Amino acid sequence: MAIKTEEMVLNMGPQHPSTHGVLRLELVLEGEIIQKVIPHIGYLHRCFEKHCEAMTYPQVIPYTDRMDYLAAMGNEFGYAITVEKLLGIQLPERVEYIRVIMGELQRIASHLVAIGTYGADIGAMTPFLFAFRDREVILNLFEITCGARMLYNYIWVGGLSHDLHPDFVRLTREFIKYFRPKIVEMNELLSTNRIFIERTANVGVLPLETAINFGITGPMLRGSGFKWDLRRDDTYSVYNKFDFDIPVGEGKVGTVGDCWDRYYVRILEMGESLKIIEQALDQLPEGDVTSAIPKRIKPPVGSVYKRVENPRGELGYFIISNGTTSPFRVKVRAPSFVNLGIMDVLCKNHMVADVIAILGSVDIVLGEVDR
Amino acid sequence: MKSEEELFNILKTKFNENVIKLVKQPIDPFIICDPLMINEISLYLLSNEELLFDNLMNLSGVDDANGKSTPIEGIATIEGGTLSVYYHLESTKFRHKVVLKVCTPREKPEVASVALVWRSADWHEREAYDLLGIKFLNHPDLRRILMPYDWEAGYPLRKDYANPEFYHGMKVPY
Amino acid sequence: MIIYDFLYKFVFNITQSAAIGDITAMIISGALPLLILVLPFTLVAVWLERKVSAHMQDRLGPMRTGSHGWLQTVADLIKLLQKEDIVASDNDRPLFNLAPILVFAGSYLVFAALPFSSAYIGSNIDLGIIFIIAASGFVVAGILMAGWSSNNKYSLLGAMRSAAQIISYEIPTILVILTIIMITGTTNLRTLSEMQTGHFWNWMIFGGAGLSLSKFLFIPFMLIGFVILYISTLAEVNRTPFDIPEAESELVSGYHTEYSGMKFAMFFLAEYANMFAVSAIVSAIFFGGYQSPIGYLGNTLGLPWMIPIEQFLWFASKGVFFVLVQMWLRWTLPRLRVDQLMALCWKYLIPIAFVNLIIVGLITVL
Repeated sequence: MAIKTEEMVLNMGPQHPSTHGVLRLELVLEGEIIQKVIPHIGYLHRCFEKHCEAMTYPQVIPYTDRMDYLAAMGNEFGYAITVEKLLGIQLPERVEYIRVIMGELQRIASHLVAIGTYGADIGAMTPFLFAFRDREVILNLFEITCGARMLYNYIWVGGLSHDLHPDFVRLTREFIKYFRPKIVEMNELLSTNRIFIERTANVGVLPLETAINFGITGPMLRGSGFKWDLRRDDTYSVYNKFDFDIPVGEGKVGTVGDCWDRYYVRILEMGESLKIIEQALDQLPEGDVTSAIPKRIKPPVGSVYKRVENPRGELGYFIISNGTTSPFRVKVRAPSFVNLGIMDVLCKNHMVADVIAILGSVDIVLGEVDR
Repeated sequence: MKSEEELFNILKTKFNENVIKLVKQPIDPFIICDPLMINEISLYLLSNEELLFDNLMNLSGVDDANGKSTPIEGIATIEGGTLSVYYHLESTKFRHKVVLKVCTPREKPEVASVALVWRSADWHEREAYDLLGIKFLNHPDLRRILMPYDWEAGYPLRKDYANPEFYHGMKVPY
Repeated sequence: MIIYDFLYKFVFNITQSAAIGDITAMIISGALPLLILVLPFTLVAVWLERKVSAHMQDRLGPMRTGSHGWLQTVADLIKLLQKEDIVASDNDRPLFNLAPILVFAGSYLVFAALPFSSAYIGSNIDLGIIFIIAASGFVVAGILMAGWSSNNKYSLLGAMRSAAQIISYEIPTILVILTIIMITGTTNLRTLSEMQTGHFWNWMIFGGAGLSLSKFLFIPFMLIGFVILYISTLAEVNRTPFDIPEAESELVSGYHTEYSGMKFAMFFLAEYANMFAVSAIVSAIFFGGYQSPIGYLGNTLGLPWMIPIEQFLWFASKGVFFVLVQMWLRWTLPRLRVDQLMALCWKYLIPIAFVNLIIVGLITVL
């Protein structure tokens, strides 16, 4: 009798502790070696784009929050500037600065979740809780600003829903002072940990050519060693007024573009975000934040594609207006959606445990993948 | 950096009647192309030394709803007209951008796939197929992506889409 | 053995039967204290683990049930007792039911040969260390049964990994224990502990008793041996960084994914019992077992009956200390990948342990 070997199909998800939501990965295994990864998405599809067609322009904002729910400020920010571009309105300086501060605080909060859950994926629970402890402080800042901790509806087309709380500037400065040492602590606890490096270095290497062809953006692209940040390269809002670096993966402990590089780019970006927030707080102008909000939003006929640098990558909004008060078509180019498409390439010939490490370093939010 | 006008002229001389026209609008002007030639135009845009459009930023399917609309029981049924696909391209080296558009008849929406030119188009095209029913020819794996694989009630982002009454025995409108 | 003799005489006087007297005395003096000890210890250890992890992570941990939540594990246990015992239709019933019992029995069995104090040892067998290693083999069988009978791919993967891991790491464990046997010439844990009497410089980690040149030559090799033994025991009880069989972020929870209620609790209790058992072995082999590092209060006060109690306290605190180190490691370190784990064992630990064994052997001969 001939010996027959058979590939094993392992279903990872939709209920699985480290698929970061309801993602289902169909793994074709030979032993513990991955032959093929087939992602199945759509478990969290909430018809965002269909909903938008029935809403007026301002009514869409709360829906954008629910896409990348870990970076809701970024989503609102992107949507607001897209509609503003369609309308062609000028904003008061103060609004722009507050938006940048919020966007960067949100970036830190989002990266903290990414880093923390990555630690948990690799098996270290403590960094996860440390990250959530620090994120709590940021959420408190958001709470005093707009009352919500996760889904804010704060950045409106043409302005903001509220001005800053009187204590906000002081508390944010305190946060910056508190948070700088915590980055060092995270590096000591996780980034330079021997076992963590063993698990992530040289795993899931993403060459730059492939990354660009797959449309990869954000920390993943920078992890592959490409200095590409929309805040600098396709600047929007007032980002051109600040001085900050764009960290890229250098292959410090392995190959350029491995999981560790992607992870470490996020760590460094938190420091850069702190720099931006500090400068923005120093330059924060006075003014009214609601004065430019249009009473009735009715953009002219036309289409616009505008993109912002969200924590997970390039978040683009493609809006077609037919001259009425609600958009004719809204298409969201969600960074996680595009970044997830590369799983099969990254995971090939790795082990099951590496799938977790790679997926964690891709850092997806399923709310955004499925929209 | 090349302006839309220049890009249009380059494409026009290369592909003549397959590149239809340049639509000028204040923001994001776009070039309308032949849907069945879009893969070759894309390949040219990607591989030409002076263009190097290596990044497909976005690919969106749109229901233009420009056909004859007849309301039946409150839901408009659209006949004729077009579905279109927008391609937002960018070159990471030269930093220029271009928007391409293809229009395909609603009754037989077929567009050549660019998934083998830019791999990022793979999922975007699956999404456009899933939500609008645009068939991408020569796509490596054209399945539904966001909706269930066995969704039979049509394509939700079309303007004349109506929810089914039941899905697997579950009542849909609630 | 004093207790045994007393009980035997007591029961024999009543029943006039040697067999009944023997069995009763055995159970009451040998098995019962173990059960009384193991169960509360696991309860305390689970609570301790939660508190330790919480404080390491800037949290409070359980606070509601009792002062600082010390009743939390009891509450959990009661909850688990009430839970429905779910057996899926595709499970292999007999094996599925037997597995947790086997795992628990295996880890409980180990306690039988642990020398808690000079006056109390469950069963003072001459092949104590060998018995412990053999008994812990039960656990492998139990885990494999659990994984196989669950009929779940994740459980099976977990069980296979676990079996491979435990078997691999038994080799460096045995190699280190062999070096000790070569020096001391005994496999009886009580004798081994007695040999390390006196003060802490008589412990095996410091080269054992006596003041010869070889004692000082042993010290570096003993340190290496201790590190190897501690790492491999960590792996044998599936603790982080070697918790690959349970790896909750990959395999959900490995071989016990399908278990619920009291069967799950048995796996859980077995894990914590095992933690103490291996810590106790490490301290018995290298850190003098139940011997006090600084002399006994009973000797100073002239109250000899106090000595066994003090010894018990020393033994327990040494064990708990190593358990705490295990917890500390668990909440600090990430997890290795399965091939890295095997590489660590076969490429590093076993060769080092082997060289260690040879050198110690040479020193002993010379």
